[in-house]
Amino acid sequence: MRADRGLFLHLGVLAALLALHVLAPPYHHTNLARIMVLAVYAMGYNIAFGYTGLLSLGHALFFAAGLYAAGLLVYHAGAGAPVAMIAGVLAGGAVAVAVGLLALRTAGVAFMIVTLMFAQAGYLTILYFGAWTRGDEGIVIPRAARMLGGLDLSDDNTRYLVALGLFALALLGNLALVRSPFGRVMVAMRENEERSRMLGYNPFTVKLGALAISGLYAGLSGAAYGLMFGYVGASLASVQYSILPLLYVLLGGAGTVLGPLLGALVMFYLIDYASSLTDAHQFVTGAALVALVLFAPRGILGTLRARGLRWLP
Amino acid sequence: MDFGPFLLLALMEGLVTAAVLALTASGLSLVFGIMRVVNVAHGAFFMLGAVLAWFVAEWLPGPPALAFAAALVFCPLVVGAIAAIADMAVLKRLNYEPEATIVATIGLLYILEQAALSLFGPDARPVEAPFSFRLQLPWFGYSGYKLAVVVAAALVLLGVWLILKHSRAGLLMRATQEDRDTARAFGINVDRVYAGVFAMGAGLAAIAAVLIVPISQAHYLMGGDPLLLSFIVVIIGGLGSLRGTLVAALLIGLSDGVISTFFAPTLAKIIATLVVALVLVFRPQGLFGKRAA
Repeated sequence: MRADRGLFLHLGVLAALLALHVLAPPYHHTNLARIMVLAVYAMGYNIAFGYTGLLSLGHALFFAAGLYAAGLLVYHAGAGAPVAMIAGVLAGGAVAVAVGLLALRTAGVAFMIVTLMFAQAGYLTILYFGAWTRGDEGIVIPRAARMLGGLDLSDDNTRYLVALGLFALALLGNLALVRSPFGRVMVAMRENEERSRMLGYNPFTVKLGALAISGLYAGLSGAAYGLMFGYVGASLASVQYSILPLLYVLLGGAGTVLGPLLGALVMFYLIDYASSLTDAHQFVTGAALVALVLFAPRGILGTLRARGLRWLP
Repeated sequence: MDFGPFLLLALMEGLVTAAVLALTASGLSLVFGIMRVVNVAHGAFFMLGAVLAWFVAEWLPGPPALAFAAALVFCPLVVGAIAAIADMAVLKRLNYEPEATIVATIGLLYILEQAALSLFGPDARPVEAPFSFRLQLPWFGYSGYKLAVVVAAALVLLGVWLILKHSRAGLLMRATQEDRDTARAFGINVDRVYAGVFAMGAGLAAIAAVLIVPISQAHYLMGGDPLLLSFIVVIIGGLGSLRGTLVAALLIGLSDGVISTFFAPTLAKIIATLVVALVLVFRPQGLFGKRAA
């Protein structure tokens, strides 16, 4: 049997990230932890958009569901971080299913607008219940509440390793998913819904399943973000946070397992670099979006895959 | 104040909102109806109109009425030109593929907002109204300028309707909407029609913004609310149906005026966005549209 190049590549990336834990200077160390958490979110987005072809503009709602489920439980109910983390993941999935049940009755442009509207309603709801969520100002989660088992999430080293652990889990889960029969059906839905239906697959169930998994990822990322960086605010539920994973996925390569990480990494440092030159970093985001759809709609890894690395999962 | 006059005030405020909304949304509706493009940058074109109006008012000496009249002509033309360039440089090359154009217009939105932030600054800045006539009702005084906005919006919309129904340009637009390929076969320059429609849509948003800026100040993030409300209006009215857009704008504008006077504005927005999402799910052709979009 041929060596499993795909699996080795992903394990290699994880090993490299582990090596960076020791090698990276403190500034990049913190950045990488954040990038890994955001990459989990983008991976979830990729499962819906890249593999299943569901272009949602409302994923911030699922991210925020995880963020606030975890944050509010810790802050108001005094729950422990493990409980909050699990609650966050489940909240992301549950909200995704609820939105999916309605939004998946539409497709294409209508699907984008419906998801956008639900996310907007969610964002406004967070502002409306400002007494609990403290709206734009947000909740700062105290250091004492950010203990996962015996691990102190506010400590830089622990945070990096926990982020890496969650990322590894999400990455290998994603790889297993896209290689599974269900993963193939997801791609079939993206490529040709009618033909898949003719082959006996129910498009609605498959899409709902993909969206639910996507929501679980987003919820996980949201809960981890809140607990690791200690901040839960409405700005993290705004439409920018729906665009962010879309941007990462488009840049890295839609429908590739490593694309979200690569996209998050490149975009994060691009904005970081641009911020040191000018304060017009929004311009970089906008120009990147326009350039991507114009010149590289398949993203970095998508282009590489089309140019010869056909085995890239 | 008694309930009656209070309601009248709410309705008058709602009417001003409705008029501006109808202008903005008809631009969005036109672009969607003819080009099948969902223009997320529409709010940014609105904002650009207001910001440019401030620059015109700042640079042009003389009475405010003159500067305002100049802005009313100049801003839509500049914003329309920017939109036409964006259409030819980006959207056309994407072949108007729906998902790609949405992503591209999101990018355009970021670029325009950043440009406004860098050139105009983060502060909200006022533009003086062209005249300060006050209409004195028995219960309260009301700004004559706001009523002029309603009249102006109605006139512009009438003009749009006349162009669409009774001019050669309008005929070309309607032909392109009906069937792009057949229109092309008959020698219509579809690319030019598209660029023109995109410019016209953006220009309408700019006019609306110039009209509203003496009431609500120019700010680089002011495009968000009009974009959302325009989406709501266009969807409720039926994607691409201009008449539906007008009826919906009136409906949404008036109810927004009443609800935000008597209840919390955030709650009003939550309800409106949810209603829209549900309308799209259960009645994708809109409340007034005839066939599926």
